Amino acid sequence: MSANLSAIFYLVSGVLFILALRGLSSPETSRQGNFFGILGMVIAITVTFLSVGNFSSGLIYVLIFLLVGGLIGAFIAYKIPMTAMPELVAGFHSLVGLSAVFVAISAFLNPEAFNLGSPGAIKLASLIEMSIGAAVGAITFSGSIIAFLKLQGIMSGSPITFKGQHFLNALLLISILVLSYLLCSSQSSNFFWILIAVSFLIGFLLIIPIGGADMPVVISMLNSYSGWAAAGIGFTLENTALIITGALVGSSGAILSYIMCKGMNRSFFNVILGGFGATEQSASTGNKEQRPVKSGNAEDAAFLMKNASSVIIVPGYGMAVAQAQHALREMVDTLKKNDIKVTYAIHPVAGRMPGHMNVLLAEANVPYDEVFELEEINNDFANADVAFVIGANDVTNPAAKTDPQSPIYGMPVLDVEKCKSVLFVKRSLSPGYAGIDNELFYKDNTLMLFADAKKMTEDITKNL
Amino acid sequence: MEIDPFIFRLSIFILSIFIGYYVVWSVTPSLHTPLMSVTNAISSVIIVGAIIAGLAGSKDNIFTISNILGFLAISLAAINIFGGFLVTQRMLKMYKKKKKDK
Repeated sequence: MSANLSAIFYLVSGVLFILALRGLSSPETSRQGNFFGILGMVIAITVTFLSVGNFSSGLIYVLIFLLVGGLIGAFIAYKIPMTAMPELVAGFHSLVGLSAVFVAISAFLNPEAFNLGSPGAIKLASLIEMSIGAAVGAITFSGSIIAFLKLQGIMSGSPITFKGQHFLNALLLISILVLSYLLCSSQSSNFFWILIAVSFLIGFLLIIPIGGADMPVVISMLNSYSGWAAAGIGFTLENTALIITGALVGSSGAILSYIMCKGMNRSFFNVILGGFGATEQSASTGNKEQRPVKSGNAEDAAFLMKNASSVIIVPGYGMAVAQAQHALREMVDTLKKNDIKVTYAIHPVAGRMPGHMNVLLAEANVPYDEVFELEEINNDFANADVAFVIGANDVTNPAAKTDPQSPIYGMPVLDVEKCKSVLFVKRSLSPGYAGIDNELFYKDNTLMLFADAKKMTEDITKNL
Repeated sequence: MEIDPFIFRLSIFILSIFIGYYVVWSVTPSLHTPLMSVTNAISSVIIVGAIIAGLAGSKDNIFTISNILGFLAISLAAINIFGGFLVTQRMLKMYKKKKKDK
Protein backbone atom coordinates (compact mmCIF):
# COMPACT_ATOMS: atom_id res chain seq x y z
CA MET A 1 0.00 0.00 0.00
CA SER A 2 1.41 3.38 -0.91
CA ALA A 3 2.36 5.79 1.86
CA ASN A 4 -0.15 8.36 0.66
CA LEU A 5 -3.03 5.93 0.58
CA SER A 6 -2.29 4.64 4.07
CA ALA A 7 -1.99 8.22 5.33
CA ILE A 8 -5.51 8.86 4.05
CA PHE A 9 -6.82 5.79 5.83
CA TYR A 10 -5.12 6.91 9.05
CA LEU A 11 -6.89 10.24 8.65
CA VAL A 12 -10.20 8.39 8.27
CA SER A 13 -9.64 6.50 11.48
CA GLY A 14 -8.69 9.75 13.21
CA VAL A 15 -12.01 11.24 12.13
CA LEU A 16 -13.86 8.14 13.33
CA PHE A 17 -12.25 8.60 16.75
CA ILE A 18 -13.53 12.17 16.87
CA LEU A 19 -17.02 10.86 16.07
CA ALA A 20 -16.63 8.27 18.83
CA LEU A 21 -16.20 11.05 21.40
CA ARG A 22 -18.90 13.14 19.77
CA GLY A 23 -21.36 10.29 20.23
CA LEU A 24 -20.98 10.55 23.99
CA SER A 25 -22.85 13.86 24.03
CA SER A 26 -26.01 11.88 24.76
CA PRO A 27 -26.71 8.30 25.85
CA GLU A 28 -28.79 7.68 22.70
CA THR A 29 -25.92 8.32 20.30
CA SER A 30 -23.21 6.88 22.52
CA ARG A 31 -23.43 3.28 21.38
CA GLN A 32 -23.11 4.35 17.77
CA GLY A 33 -20.10 6.42 18.82
CA ASN A 34 -18.45 3.42 20.37
CA PHE A 35 -18.99 1.53 17.13
CA PHE A 36 -17.24 4.34 15.20
CA GLY A 37 -14.32 4.01 17.58
CA ILE A 38 -14.05 0.27 16.97
CA LEU A 39 -14.27 0.82 13.23
CA GLY A 40 -11.51 3.43 13.36
CA MET A 41 -9.30 1.01 15.27
CA VAL A 42 -9.92 -1.83 12.82
CA ILE A 43 -9.03 0.45 9.89
CA ALA A 44 -5.83 1.69 11.56
CA ILE A 45 -4.63 -1.84 12.39
CA THR A 46 -5.49 -3.26 8.94
CA VAL A 47 -3.76 -0.41 7.15
CA THR A 48 -0.65 -0.88 9.26
CA PHE A 49 -0.41 -4.56 8.32
CA LEU A 50 -0.90 -3.76 4.62
CA SER A 51 1.56 -0.90 4.53
CA VAL A 52 4.36 -2.80 6.25
CA GLY A 53 3.69 -5.67 3.88
CA ASN A 54 6.38 -7.83 5.46
CA PHE A 55 4.36 -10.93 6.22
CA SER A 56 7.15 -13.46 6.12
CA SER A 57 8.96 -13.20 9.40
CA GLY A 58 7.27 -11.89 12.49
CA LEU A 59 3.64 -12.06 11.39
CA ILE A 60 2.72 -15.18 13.31
CA TYR A 61 4.14 -13.74 16.53
CA VAL A 62 2.43 -10.41 15.97
CA LEU A 63 -0.91 -12.20 15.59
CA ILE A 64 -0.33 -14.41 18.63
CA PHE A 65 0.52 -11.46 20.86
CA LEU A 66 -2.44 -9.53 19.47
CA LEU A 67 -4.77 -12.42 20.20
CA VAL A 68 -3.42 -13.05 23.70
CA GLY A 69 -3.73 -9.37 24.62
CA GLY A 70 -7.20 -9.20 23.12
CA LEU A 71 -8.42 -12.23 25.07
CA ILE A 72 -7.04 -10.87 28.34
CA GLY A 73 -8.68 -7.49 27.65
CA ALA A 74 -12.03 -9.03 26.75
CA PHE A 75 -11.94 -11.24 29.84
CA ILE A 76 -11.25 -8.25 32.10
CA ALA A 77 -13.98 -6.19 30.42
CA TYR A 78 -16.64 -8.82 31.12
CA LYS A 79 -15.54 -9.68 34.65
CA ILE A 80 -14.83 -6.27 36.16
CA PRO A 81 -17.45 -5.03 38.64
CA MET A 82 -18.62 -1.47 38.00
CA THR A 83 -17.43 -0.35 41.42
CA ALA A 84 -13.88 -1.15 40.30
CA MET A 85 -13.95 1.07 37.19
CA PRO A 86 -11.47 3.60 38.63
CA GLU A 87 -8.88 0.89 39.26
CA LEU A 88 -9.49 -0.56 35.82
CA VAL A 89 -9.02 2.78 34.09
CA ALA A 90 -5.87 3.51 36.10
CA GLY A 91 -4.54 0.08 35.17
CA PHE A 92 -5.34 0.64 31.50
CA HIS A 93 -3.55 4.00 31.55
CA SER A 94 -0.43 2.31 32.80
CA LEU A 95 -0.56 -0.07 29.83
CA VAL A 96 -0.81 2.80 27.33
CA GLY A 97 2.19 4.41 29.03
CA LEU A 98 4.24 1.25 29.00
CA SER A 99 3.50 0.46 25.37
CA ALA A 100 4.51 4.03 24.45
CA VAL A 101 7.85 3.40 26.20
CA PHE A 102 8.30 0.05 24.41
CA VAL A 103 7.52 1.52 21.00
CA ALA A 104 9.92 4.41 21.61
CA ILE A 105 12.74 2.07 22.66
CA SER A 106 12.00 -0.17 19.73
CA ALA A 107 12.19 2.78 17.34
CA PHE A 108 15.41 3.92 18.98
CA LEU A 109 17.06 0.52 18.55
CA ASN A 110 15.78 -0.13 15.03
CA PRO A 111 15.17 3.27 13.40
CA GLU A 112 15.36 1.85 9.87
CA ALA A 113 12.08 0.00 10.35
CA PHE A 114 10.39 3.32 11.10
CA ASN A 115 12.18 5.35 8.40
CA LEU A 116 13.96 7.48 10.97
CA GLY A 117 17.56 7.09 9.90
CA SER A 118 20.07 4.56 11.16
CA PRO A 119 21.24 3.71 14.72
CA GLY A 120 23.56 6.44 15.94
CA ALA A 121 22.34 8.80 13.23
CA ILE A 122 18.66 9.21 13.98
CA LYS A 123 17.03 12.37 12.64
CA LEU A 124 17.14 15.11 15.25
CA ALA A 125 13.41 15.88 15.18
CA SER A 126 12.56 12.17 15.53
CA LEU A 127 14.93 11.84 18.44
CA ILE A 128 13.28 14.72 20.29
CA GLU A 129 9.79 13.33 19.60
CA MET A 130 10.92 9.90 20.70
CA SER A 131 12.30 11.23 23.98
CA ILE A 132 9.08 13.12 24.69
CA GLY A 133 6.98 10.04 23.92
CA ALA A 134 9.16 7.79 26.06
CA ALA A 135 9.39 10.24 28.98
CA VAL A 136 5.66 11.01 29.13
CA GLY A 137 4.88 7.32 28.63
CA ALA A 138 7.13 6.34 31.51
CA ILE A 139 5.60 9.00 33.79
CA THR A 140 2.12 7.77 32.85
CA PHE A 141 3.11 4.19 33.57
CA SER A 142 4.60 4.59 37.03
CA GLY A 143 2.05 7.25 38.03
CA SER A 144 -0.85 5.01 37.04
CA ILE A 145 0.62 2.06 38.90
CA ILE A 146 0.69 4.12 42.10
CA ALA A 147 -2.85 5.38 41.45
CA PHE A 148 -3.97 1.80 40.87
CA LEU A 149 -2.37 0.59 44.12
CA LYS A 150 -3.95 3.44 46.07
CA LEU A 151 -7.41 2.84 44.60
CA GLN A 152 -7.17 -0.91 45.15
CA GLY A 153 -6.25 -0.24 48.78
CA ILE A 154 -2.98 -2.15 48.45
CA MET A 155 -1.23 1.12 49.18
CA SER A 156 -2.53 3.51 51.82
CA GLY A 157 -4.61 6.36 50.44
CA SER A 158 -3.00 8.87 52.75
CA PRO A 159 -0.53 11.22 51.11
CA ILE A 160 3.15 10.42 51.48
CA THR A 161 5.17 13.60 51.84
CA PHE A 162 8.74 14.29 52.80
CA LYS A 163 10.96 17.31 53.08
CA GLY A 164 12.38 18.66 49.86
CA GLN A 165 9.86 16.76 47.76
CA HIS A 166 9.04 19.62 45.42
CA PHE A 167 12.69 20.50 45.12
CA LEU A 168 13.53 16.91 44.16
CA ASN A 169 10.74 16.83 41.56
CA ALA A 170 11.88 20.10 40.05
CA LEU A 171 15.45 18.83 39.94
CA LEU A 172 14.36 15.63 38.18
CA LEU A 173 12.30 17.59 35.64
CA ILE A 174 15.31 19.75 34.83
CA SER A 175 17.49 16.67 34.54
CA ILE A 176 15.05 15.31 31.93
CA LEU A 177 15.61 18.40 29.79
CA VAL A 178 19.38 18.13 30.21
CA LEU A 179 19.32 14.43 29.36
CA SER A 180 17.24 15.06 26.23
CA TYR A 181 19.76 17.68 25.15
CA LEU A 182 22.69 15.33 25.77
CA LEU A 183 20.89 12.53 23.96
CA CYS A 184 20.28 14.69 20.90
CA SER A 185 23.80 16.00 20.72
CA SER A 186 25.60 12.70 21.33
CA GLN A 187 23.07 10.07 20.07
CA SER A 188 24.39 7.89 22.89
CA SER A 189 21.92 5.27 24.04
CA ASN A 190 23.05 5.61 27.66
CA PHE A 191 21.32 8.96 27.94
CA PHE A 192 18.16 7.42 26.52
CA TRP A 193 18.08 4.73 29.23
CA ILE A 194 18.75 7.23 32.02
CA LEU A 195 16.05 9.50 30.60
CA ILE A 196 13.49 6.69 30.78
CA ALA A 197 14.60 5.66 34.28
CA VAL A 198 14.31 9.23 35.59
CA SER A 199 10.84 9.54 34.01
CA PHE A 200 9.67 6.39 35.79
CA LEU A 201 10.89 7.90 39.03
CA ILE A 202 9.08 11.19 38.42
CA GLY A 203 5.77 9.45 37.76
CA PHE A 204 6.17 7.62 41.04
CA LEU A 205 7.12 10.72 43.04
CA LEU A 206 4.38 12.80 41.43
CA ILE A 207 1.52 10.58 42.62
CA ILE A 208 2.60 9.39 46.09
CA PRO A 209 1.93 12.76 47.80
CA ILE A 210 -1.63 12.92 46.44
CA GLY A 211 -4.29 11.71 48.87
CA GLY A 212 -7.12 9.26 48.21
CA ALA A 213 -9.77 11.99 48.07
CA ASP A 214 -8.03 13.53 45.07
CA MET A 215 -8.00 10.34 43.03
CA PRO A 216 -10.64 11.60 40.55
CA VAL A 217 -8.23 14.38 39.58
CA VAL A 218 -5.29 12.01 39.38
CA ILE A 219 -7.07 9.55 37.11
CA SER A 220 -8.17 12.33 34.78
CA MET A 221 -4.68 13.78 34.77
CA LEU A 222 -3.11 10.43 33.90
CA ASN A 223 -5.74 10.06 31.18
CA SER A 224 -4.41 13.29 29.75
CA TYR A 225 -0.78 12.17 30.04
CA SER A 226 -1.49 8.92 28.22
CA GLY A 227 -2.84 11.03 25.36
CA TRP A 228 0.24 13.25 25.20
CA ALA A 229 2.45 10.16 25.23
CA ALA A 230 0.52 8.74 22.29
CA ALA A 231 0.83 12.04 20.44
CA GLY A 232 4.60 12.07 21.02
CA ILE A 233 4.89 8.62 19.49
CA GLY A 234 2.55 9.75 16.71
CA PHE A 235 5.01 12.47 15.74
CA THR A 236 7.86 9.95 15.77
CA LEU A 237 5.97 7.56 13.51
CA GLU A 238 4.58 10.42 11.40
CA ASN A 239 1.17 8.86 11.90
CA THR A 240 -1.89 11.11 11.64
CA ALA A 241 -4.29 8.76 13.44
CA LEU A 242 -1.98 8.67 16.45
CA ILE A 243 -1.44 12.44 16.47
CA ILE A 244 -5.18 13.18 16.28
CA THR A 245 -6.01 10.61 18.95
CA GLY A 246 -3.25 11.80 21.23
CA ALA A 247 -4.50 15.38 21.03
CA LEU A 248 -8.12 14.30 21.65
CA VAL A 249 -7.27 12.17 24.65
CA GLY A 250 -4.86 14.75 25.99
CA SER A 251 -7.43 17.53 25.96
CA SER A 252 -10.18 15.21 27.20
CA GLY A 253 -8.17 14.28 30.29
CA ALA A 254 -7.24 17.91 30.89
CA ILE A 255 -10.89 19.01 30.78
CA LEU A 256 -11.94 16.24 33.16
CA SER A 257 -9.18 17.22 35.60
CA TYR A 258 -10.41 20.79 35.42
CA ILE A 259 -14.02 19.75 36.11
CA MET A 260 -12.92 17.60 39.05
CA CYS A 261 -10.80 20.39 40.52
CA LYS A 262 -13.70 22.80 40.21
CA GLY A 263 -15.99 20.28 41.90
CA MET A 264 -13.67 20.40 44.90
CA ASN A 265 -12.89 24.11 44.63
CA ARG A 266 -9.18 23.40 44.47
CA SER A 267 -6.63 24.64 42.03
CA PHE A 268 -4.89 22.13 39.85
CA PHE A 269 -1.54 23.05 41.36
CA ASN A 270 -2.87 22.56 44.84
CA VAL A 271 -3.81 18.99 43.96
CA ILE A 272 -0.57 18.23 42.16
CA LEU A 273 1.57 19.52 44.99
CA GLY A 274 -0.36 17.13 47.18
CA GLY A 275 -0.69 16.74 50.91
CA PHE A 276 -4.48 17.20 51.08
CA GLY A 277 -5.76 15.30 54.10
CA ALA A 278 -2.61 15.91 56.10
CA THR A 279 -3.75 19.44 56.97
CA GLU A 280 -7.27 18.23 57.65
CA GLN A 281 -6.50 16.18 60.74
CA SER A 282 -5.58 19.21 62.82
CA ALA A 283 -8.77 20.97 61.77
CA SER A 284 -11.07 18.13 62.73
CA THR A 285 -9.56 17.17 66.07
CA GLY A 286 -10.23 20.60 67.55
CA ASN A 287 -13.96 20.01 67.33
CA LYS A 288 -14.64 16.97 69.43
CA GLU A 289 -17.39 17.97 71.89
CA GLN A 290 -20.53 15.85 71.84
CA ARG A 291 -23.46 17.53 70.16
CA PRO A 292 -27.01 16.24 70.15
CA VAL A 293 -28.21 14.43 67.05
CA LYS A 294 -31.61 13.03 66.23
CA SER A 295 -31.49 9.45 65.18
CA GLY A 296 -34.28 7.27 63.92
CA ASN A 297 -35.03 3.85 62.50
CA ALA A 298 -36.42 2.48 59.27
CA GLU A 299 -40.03 2.98 60.36
CA ASP A 300 -39.51 6.69 61.00
CA ALA A 301 -37.83 7.07 57.65
CA ALA A 302 -40.58 5.17 55.85
CA PHE A 303 -43.22 7.33 57.55
CA LEU A 304 -41.52 10.54 56.48
CA MET A 305 -41.13 9.40 52.89
CA LYS A 306 -44.66 8.02 52.61
CA ASN A 307 -46.03 11.44 53.49
CA ALA A 308 -43.75 13.29 51.12
CA SER A 309 -44.68 14.31 47.63
CA SER A 310 -41.14 14.65 46.33
CA VAL A 311 -37.93 12.93 47.40
CA ILE A 312 -34.39 13.66 46.24
CA ILE A 313 -31.82 10.91 46.61
CA VAL A 314 -28.19 11.96 47.18
CA PRO A 315 -25.96 8.94 46.58
CA GLY A 316 -22.25 8.81 47.30
CA TYR A 317 -19.41 6.36 47.11
CA GLY A 318 -20.50 4.79 50.42
CA MET A 319 -23.60 3.49 48.64
CA ALA A 320 -21.41 1.64 46.16
CA VAL A 321 -19.20 0.24 48.91
CA ALA A 322 -22.29 -1.13 50.69
CA GLN A 323 -23.60 -2.46 47.32
CA ALA A 324 -26.87 -0.72 48.13
CA GLN A 325 -27.72 0.57 44.65
CA HIS A 326 -30.14 -2.25 43.80
CA ALA A 327 -31.86 -2.06 47.19
CA LEU A 328 -32.09 1.69 46.69
CA ARG A 329 -33.79 1.31 43.32
CA GLU A 330 -36.32 -1.10 44.81
CA MET A 331 -37.10 1.45 47.50
CA VAL A 332 -37.54 4.13 44.84
CA ASP A 333 -39.84 1.84 42.82
CA THR A 334 -42.05 1.44 45.87
CA LEU A 335 -42.09 5.19 46.42
CA LYS A 336 -43.05 5.79 42.82
CA LYS A 337 -45.96 3.37 43.16
CA ASN A 338 -47.23 5.69 45.88
CA ASP A 339 -47.09 8.60 43.43
CA ILE A 340 -44.08 10.20 45.04
CA LYS A 341 -41.76 12.05 42.70
CA VAL A 342 -38.18 10.79 43.02
CA THR A 343 -35.04 12.22 41.50
CA TYR A 344 -31.33 11.68 42.07
CA ALA A 345 -28.77 14.43 42.69
CA ILE A 346 -25.15 13.75 41.82
CA HIS A 347 -22.20 15.86 42.86
CA PRO A 348 -19.37 16.17 40.31
CA VAL A 349 -16.91 14.42 42.61
CA ALA A 350 -19.24 11.73 43.96
CA GLY A 351 -17.50 8.42 43.49
CA ARG A 352 -13.86 7.85 42.71
CA MET A 353 -13.77 9.02 39.11
CA PRO A 354 -15.72 11.41 36.86
CA GLY A 355 -19.22 10.09 36.22
CA HIS A 356 -18.69 7.03 38.39
CA MET A 357 -21.95 7.37 40.31
CA ASN A 358 -23.96 7.64 37.09
CA VAL A 359 -22.61 4.31 35.91
CA LEU A 360 -23.39 2.65 39.23
CA LEU A 361 -26.97 3.93 39.13
CA ALA A 362 -27.36 2.92 35.50
CA GLU A 363 -26.20 -0.56 36.46
CA ALA A 364 -29.01 -0.70 39.02
CA ASN A 365 -31.48 0.14 36.21
CA VAL A 366 -32.05 3.71 37.29
CA PRO A 367 -33.21 5.61 34.16
CA TYR A 368 -30.65 8.26 33.29
CA ASP A 369 -33.28 10.98 32.87
CA GLU A 370 -34.08 10.78 36.60
CA VAL A 371 -30.46 11.54 37.48
CA PHE A 372 -29.40 15.18 37.67
CA GLU A 373 -26.14 17.05 38.06
CA LEU A 374 -25.52 19.57 40.83
CA GLU A 375 -26.35 22.73 38.85
CA GLU A 376 -29.51 21.22 37.41
CA ILE A 377 -31.05 20.16 40.69
CA ASN A 378 -29.63 22.36 43.42
CA ASN A 379 -32.59 24.78 43.36
CA ASP A 380 -35.08 21.94 43.76
CA PHE A 381 -34.00 21.06 47.30
CA ALA A 382 -35.92 24.01 48.72
CA ASN A 383 -39.15 22.62 47.24
CA ALA A 384 -38.55 18.97 48.07
CA ASP A 385 -39.96 17.26 51.13
CA VAL A 386 -37.27 14.71 51.85
CA ALA A 387 -33.61 14.44 50.94
CA PHE A 388 -32.29 10.91 51.30
CA VAL A 389 -28.51 11.03 51.68
CA ILE A 390 -26.96 7.62 51.25
CA GLY A 391 -23.21 7.09 51.36
CA ALA A 392 -22.44 10.74 50.64
CA ASN A 393 -21.08 13.13 53.22
CA ASP A 394 -18.66 15.93 52.41
CA VAL A 395 -20.58 16.97 49.30
CA THR A 396 -23.58 17.90 51.48
CA ASN A 397 -21.67 19.77 54.17
CA PRO A 398 -23.10 23.28 54.58
CA ALA A 399 -19.81 24.34 56.16
CA ALA A 400 -18.53 24.75 52.62
CA LYS A 401 -20.88 27.73 52.32
CA THR A 402 -20.79 29.14 55.84
CA ASP A 403 -17.47 28.42 57.52
CA PRO A 404 -14.44 30.14 55.97
CA GLN A 405 -12.23 28.12 58.35
CA SER A 406 -13.36 24.84 56.87
CA PRO A 407 -10.90 23.15 54.51
CA ILE A 408 -13.69 22.57 52.03
CA TYR A 409 -14.91 26.19 52.17
CA GLY A 410 -15.97 27.35 48.72
CA MET A 411 -16.51 23.87 47.35
CA PRO A 412 -19.84 23.60 45.51
CA VAL A 413 -22.17 21.47 47.66
CA LEU A 414 -25.70 20.13 47.32
CA ASP A 415 -28.13 22.32 49.30
CA VAL A 416 -29.56 19.33 51.10
CA GLU A 417 -30.34 21.26 54.31
CA LYS A 418 -32.97 23.31 52.46
CA CYS A 419 -35.26 20.29 52.27
CA LYS A 420 -38.10 20.01 54.77
CA SER A 421 -36.43 16.97 56.25
CA VAL A 422 -33.16 15.20 55.65
CA LEU A 423 -32.61 11.47 56.09
CA PHE A 424 -28.95 10.68 56.46
CA VAL A 425 -27.95 7.02 56.18
CA LYS A 426 -24.57 6.49 57.77
CA ARG A 427 -22.89 3.91 59.90
CA SER A 428 -21.64 6.33 62.55
CA LEU A 429 -20.92 9.99 63.11
CA SER A 430 -17.36 9.57 61.90
CA PRO A 431 -16.15 12.22 59.47
CA GLY A 432 -16.07 11.60 55.74
CA TYR A 433 -13.29 11.24 53.23
CA ALA A 434 -12.03 14.79 53.69
CA GLY A 435 -11.78 14.10 57.42
CA ILE A 436 -14.10 16.88 58.61
CA ASP A 437 -17.25 17.03 60.66
CA ASN A 438 -20.55 17.61 58.85
CA GLU A 439 -22.77 20.40 60.23
CA LEU A 440 -25.76 18.70 58.67
CA PHE A 441 -25.77 15.92 61.31
CA TYR A 442 -26.80 18.38 64.03
CA LYS A 443 -29.54 20.27 62.20
CA ASP A 444 -33.08 20.11 63.55
CA ASN A 445 -34.55 18.78 60.35
CA THR A 446 -31.97 16.00 60.03
CA LEU A 447 -32.78 12.46 61.05
CA MET A 448 -29.74 10.21 61.24
CA LEU A 449 -30.26 6.59 60.27
CA PHE A 450 -27.34 4.68 61.74
CA ALA A 451 -27.03 1.43 59.83
CA ASP A 452 -25.47 -0.28 56.89
CA ALA A 453 -26.77 1.47 53.78
CA LYS A 454 -28.04 -1.68 52.10
CA LYS A 455 -29.77 -3.08 55.18
CA MET A 456 -31.38 0.25 56.04
CA THR A 457 -32.72 0.72 52.51
CA GLU A 458 -34.21 -2.77 52.52
CA ASP A 459 -35.82 -2.17 55.92
CA ILE A 460 -37.35 1.09 54.73
CA THR A 461 -38.82 -0.66 51.69
CA LYS A 462 -40.44 -3.23 53.98
CA ASN A 463 -42.02 -0.45 56.03
CA LEU A 464 -43.37 1.54 53.11
CA MET B 1 11.37 27.39 0.42
CA GLU B 2 9.50 24.19 1.07
CA ILE B 3 7.55 23.69 4.26
CA ASP B 4 8.83 20.96 6.52
CA PRO B 5 6.22 18.11 6.81
CA PHE B 6 6.63 18.45 10.56
CA ILE B 7 4.74 21.74 10.38
CA PHE B 8 1.79 19.97 8.78
CA ARG B 9 1.75 17.37 11.54
CA LEU B 10 2.00 20.12 14.12
CA SER B 11 -0.98 21.85 12.51
CA ILE B 12 -3.01 18.63 12.68
CA PHE B 13 -2.00 18.25 16.31
CA ILE B 14 -2.96 21.77 17.36
CA LEU B 15 -6.27 21.69 15.49
CA SER B 16 -7.09 18.30 17.02
CA ILE B 17 -6.54 19.74 20.49
CA PHE B 18 -9.19 22.34 19.70
CA ILE B 19 -11.55 19.73 18.29
CA GLY B 20 -10.99 17.67 21.41
CA TYR B 21 -11.67 20.68 23.60
CA TYR B 22 -15.06 21.43 22.04
CA VAL B 23 -16.13 17.82 21.59
CA VAL B 24 -15.29 16.85 25.17
CA TRP B 25 -17.10 19.84 26.67
CA SER B 26 -20.24 18.67 24.92
CA VAL B 27 -20.00 15.22 26.49
CA THR B 28 -22.76 14.89 29.07
CA PRO B 29 -21.34 14.58 32.61
CA SER B 30 -23.22 11.35 33.21
CA LEU B 31 -21.08 9.72 30.52
CA HIS B 32 -17.71 10.84 31.86
CA THR B 33 -16.73 7.34 32.96
CA PRO B 34 -17.41 5.81 29.52
CA LEU B 35 -15.54 8.80 28.07
CA MET B 36 -12.46 7.82 30.05
CA SER B 37 -12.65 4.17 29.06
CA VAL B 38 -13.18 4.96 25.39
CA THR B 39 -10.34 7.50 25.27
CA ASN B 40 -8.26 4.77 26.83
CA ALA B 41 -9.17 2.40 24.06
CA ILE B 42 -8.52 4.84 21.24
CA SER B 43 -5.19 6.04 22.63
CA SER B 44 -4.09 2.42 22.22
CA VAL B 45 -3.98 3.07 18.49
CA ILE B 46 -0.32 3.27 19.51
CA ILE B 47 -0.50 -0.41 18.53
CA VAL B 48 0.32 0.67 14.96
CA GLY B 49 3.83 1.53 16.15
CA ALA B 50 4.06 -1.78 17.96
CA ILE B 51 3.01 -3.70 14.85
CA ILE B 52 5.64 -1.93 12.74
CA ALA B 53 8.24 -2.81 15.36
CA GLY B 54 7.05 -6.40 15.55
CA LEU B 55 7.00 -6.97 11.79
CA ALA B 56 10.40 -5.37 11.21
CA GLY B 57 13.53 -7.42 10.83
CA SER B 58 14.81 -10.18 8.64
CA LYS B 59 13.78 -13.81 8.42
CA ASP B 60 16.93 -15.02 10.16
CA ASN B 61 16.50 -12.95 13.25
CA ILE B 62 13.08 -11.93 14.40
CA PHE B 63 13.95 -11.92 18.07
CA THR B 64 15.97 -8.74 18.37
CA ILE B 65 15.20 -6.63 21.42
CA SER B 66 13.39 -4.21 19.13
CA ASN B 67 11.08 -6.98 17.87
CA ILE B 68 10.41 -8.42 21.29
CA LEU B 69 9.49 -5.01 22.69
CA GLY B 70 7.18 -4.62 19.71
CA PHE B 71 5.47 -7.93 20.50
CA LEU B 72 5.04 -6.98 24.15
CA ALA B 73 3.66 -3.56 23.23
CA ILE B 74 1.18 -5.26 20.88
CA SER B 75 -0.16 -7.35 23.76
CA LEU B 76 -0.38 -4.40 26.14
CA ALA B 77 -2.17 -2.23 23.58
CA ALA B 78 -4.47 -5.10 22.61
CA ILE B 79 -5.54 -5.55 26.24
CA ASN B 80 -6.46 -1.88 26.22
CA ILE B 81 -8.24 -1.91 22.88
CA PHE B 82 -10.42 -4.95 23.55
CA GLY B 83 -10.83 -4.18 27.24
CA GLY B 84 -11.53 -0.50 26.67
CA PHE B 85 -14.09 -0.83 23.89
CA LEU B 86 -15.87 -3.80 25.45
CA VAL B 87 -16.16 -2.29 28.90
CA THR B 88 -17.44 0.94 27.34
CA GLN B 89 -20.04 -1.01 25.43
CA ARG B 90 -21.02 -2.85 28.60
CA MET B 91 -21.48 0.44 30.43
CA LEU B 92 -23.38 2.18 27.65
CA LYS B 93 -25.83 -0.71 27.42
CA MET B 94 -26.89 0.01 30.99
CA TYR B 95 -28.00 3.58 30.31
CA LYS B 96 -31.73 3.38 29.82
CA LYS B 97 -34.45 5.95 29.55
CA LYS B 98 -37.53 6.00 31.72
CA LYS B 99 -40.22 3.65 30.47
CA LYS B 100 -43.06 5.53 28.83
CA ASP B 101 -45.87 3.45 30.38
CA LYS B 102 -45.73 5.16 33.73
